[in-house]
Amino acid sequence: MNTLTINGADYEPSDEELGLTLMRYLREKRFLRGTKNGCEQGLCGTCTVVVDGKPLRSCRSSVEKNLGKSIITIEGMEYPDGSLHPIQRAFLDSGAVQCGFCTPGMVMSSYALLLREPAPDREAIRKALRGNLCRCTGYQQIVDAVELASRIMREQDLPVEAGCLAHDR
Amino acid sequence: MTAEKAFRNDGYAKVSGRAAYADDFSVAGMLHMVPVYAEYVSAKNLRVHTEAALASPGCVRVITAKDVPGRTHFGQIEKDYPIIAVDRVRSYGDVCALVLAETRDQALAAAALVRVEAEPLKPVLTVEEALNPYAPVVPGYGDTNIVVEHKLRKGDPDAAFAGCELILEEEFHTQTIEQAYLEPEAALCVPRHDGVIEVYGSMQHPFSTRRFSAALLGEPLSNIEVYTIAVGGGFGGKDDTAACVCARAALGARLTGRPVKMTYDRAWSFRESYKRHPYTLKYKVGVTSEGRVMAVKATMYADSGAYLSVSPWVTWRSTAQCFGPYSVDNVHADVYAVATNNIFNGAMRGFGAPQVNFAVESLMDMIAAELKIHPLGLRRINMVKQDSLTVTGQKLDKHVVSMEEVMNRVVHDIGYRKKYEQCSFGKAEGDELYGIGLAISYRGASLGAEGMDFCSCILNGQYDGSLLLETGIHENGQGSESAMILILAEALGCDQKRIRYRRPSTSNVPDSGTTVATRGTIMGGSAVMAAVAEFKALLSAHLAERLRCKPDEVNFHDDKIWGLNYEYSLSWEEAMRELYLQRVTPYAFGSFKAPDVSWDDTNGQGDAYFTFVYSCQAVELSVEKKTGKVKLLNIVAAHDIGKAINRAMLLGQIYGGITQAVGMALMEDFKLEEGKPVAHNFDGYILPRSTDLPPMTGIIVENHDPASLTGAKGIGEPAIELLAPAIANAVYNATGIRAKSLPIKLNPEDLA
Repeated sequence: MNTLTINGADYEPSDEELGLTLMRYLREKRFLRGTKNGCEQGLCGTCTVVVDGKPLRSCRSSVEKNLGKSIITIEGMEYPDGSLHPIQRAFLDSGAVQCGFCTPGMVMSSYALLLREPAPDREAIRKALRGNLCRCTGYQQIVDAVELASRIMREQDLPVEAGCLAHDR
Repeated sequence: MTAEKAFRNDGYAKVSGRAAYADDFSVAGMLHMVPVYAEYVSAKNLRVHTEAALASPGCVRVITAKDVPGRTHFGQIEKDYPIIAVDRVRSYGDVCALVLAETRDQALAAAALVRVEAEPLKPVLTVEEALNPYAPVVPGYGDTNIVVEHKLRKGDPDAAFAGCELILEEEFHTQTIEQAYLEPEAALCVPRHDGVIEVYGSMQHPFSTRRFSAALLGEPLSNIEVYTIAVGGGFGGKDDTAACVCARAALGARLTGRPVKMTYDRAWSFRESYKRHPYTLKYKVGVTSEGRVMAVKATMYADSGAYLSVSPWVTWRSTAQCFGPYSVDNVHADVYAVATNNIFNGAMRGFGAPQVNFAVESLMDMIAAELKIHPLGLRRINMVKQDSLTVTGQKLDKHVVSMEEVMNRVVHDIGYRKKYEQCSFGKAEGDELYGIGLAISYRGASLGAEGMDFCSCILNGQYDGSLLLETGIHENGQGSESAMILILAEALGCDQKRIRYRRPSTSNVPDSGTTVATRGTIMGGSAVMAAVAEFKALLSAHLAERLRCKPDEVNFHDDKIWGLNYEYSLSWEEAMRELYLQRVTPYAFGSFKAPDVSWDDTNGQGDAYFTFVYSCQAVELSVEKKTGKVKLLNIVAAHDIGKAINRAMLLGQIYGGITQAVGMALMEDFKLEEGKPVAHNFDGYILPRSTDLPPMTGIIVENHDPASLTGAKGIGEPAIELLAPAIANAVYNATGIRAKSLPIKLNPEDLA
């Protein structure tokens, strides 16, 4: 299987592209530039994407290793009509965004957490975001955002799954 | 604390991944540029051999100093910083060639083939070495390594020491700190058909970027147009070096006629970019038995590194604020910046205050302990009050001096008095020692006597009732554009949806200085208010007749423009249409000049700043005896920022500043060995992570400031400048160990 599913669409990387890191492939070949490059060594978390439901540092994994898998990037989080996923909405409403460079990675790590654990406490949220650096916010409003998103999705019975996967919407 | 809904004009773009930072832009035909480092810490007779690189596949050009049409060296104060090094290498961050190729991989491969030769010189690596009269002189522009010397002379400390009950002499050290913005430096420069080079850069000072670029190209400022794009953090760190990255890409674009992108990796960013100055601070303080500080002598040395950058300004703030928010009659301070061959040091959020506050607020608790006075009482006795004189002889009579109010708010909120009694002071039954600590500060708002301080704003009303707003303040991620929109919407009484912040360009809005020094809200907001006054006067003059009133009776609220007694009104759509029919352009330009300040270089006396922000932060922590590990439990901060504009963003600044201060207190240390950085990435340079922070509470105190046309001051830097000493004091109250250097490292043996 030589296919990679990105935000619900299938791609067949060329032989040359197979050797690229997933981050470079997403940014340079698919022009999905919401996935950021902050350190290129898996230390800052700005390149985080969600692969088969789990967070992955896309700068430390090759395209080849991800063949046959389903990848969600920040661009896949919103719904097809352009409306935001509750996690994205909560980041806005909680004041969790300043420079915004960590935001895509933070949203993706939060998404992976809420897929796994729909009602995490603040300690669990902090642990899940430990791999994502933020130099602006001090993390508090990011934790607020994940808590808020979790509450809203449970109260309004909204699916956690990424917007690009919600075909019936 | 539950967050309130925040407003950000760039919020949707940033949460959706659409916000484009410098490296996210691509242009057809774009070349990639990478730097070549000189690989010496100090050397002369630099020779750069480019033949092999040029022959490498895809390599288009290798630029060295001989290709530079303008100045190879530039700087904000002294023009000593090599955009491209010539002959002499002064630091490990010096760049001597720029390689351009069709792809980044090709550029990297070619850059590895550039051969650099030079005759190494003995580097000067510490301030002590640099002060030795026989040490090599590092700067190219002078004959000494002492590159800055500020002094402050008030009263007669020597005479006053004689009458003191307690004289304390202490020395403190602070470390080198990397700003560690998450987006490394990057630039895309595009040559335009009319001869202008367009710059899309990750930088925090478009006008400085333009000056660096124009200087390197040897062209007028009008030939370079720098646009604001999303910037992944700056914290003071994206000026000189980030401007250089843009300037180099601009040169590449000029010399090849093609668009050029230059994107830094983390190792280059760490290696080349300036840091926060490490300080050595020596204090002698004389106190009466009642706790009144009678006399202070302070001597400070800041390592400027190889280039001057803004060292004179950083150390000036250390001078003007040399003894914290305390009123003392007899003060002598001597503050030096000293050149070495280390990576240079420049602006970082806090700018010469966090170092001084660490020493002063530690000293206050040390004095309290010696005299057995409560630390809060000692602060109360000495702190500035309404109409107090500062150490620079400035009378604080033009704004509300809220130092005591701010401290009381924190003390009350966190329950300081009771918790202080519960501190372990080195003795605990179990494995954990508990401590609470606090610090206070005041911070001169904006530049003060450091520089020319003015800002402008353009309001461009559209004939459909929408409004374009632009100011000379730059969006670094802090939310300045959103704050300006909120200020304008409130002042015009209109729906904020009418307002679009125009993407600023250096070819449109006039140079309004740097977005630094916590001056964005106070200066930019005041400029907006100045433009609003012009705009309202214009609209009133032309709409009064339609509104059946006199021009001075026209008013603006509820998204409409009104005459007297609510009888007649115009929607913004109608009002703008009316102006069109009268052939009047609904356009206003506003400019705000900071109130006068003064400074006498000979004695360091004067009205240093036109207003001050008052702050207090307290922290609770525990120390594990077995390991010496510090765990933060709770942090409360209060700041009198005049007036809140965007509450959630204000709190975000407070939490973020606190977190950077946690890094300063406990983790961050940018070590150099033989002038070379030890860390190349975030595995070697440790930043606070989500699990390192306790719950934080931000208390906003609002005494509207008459010097600001909105009443608002600012928060960026006050938030970072005082938690490190609060942590040091809490660590002492937990362990009985006084940390005099940062970051704080506790030995388990000392805790047994």
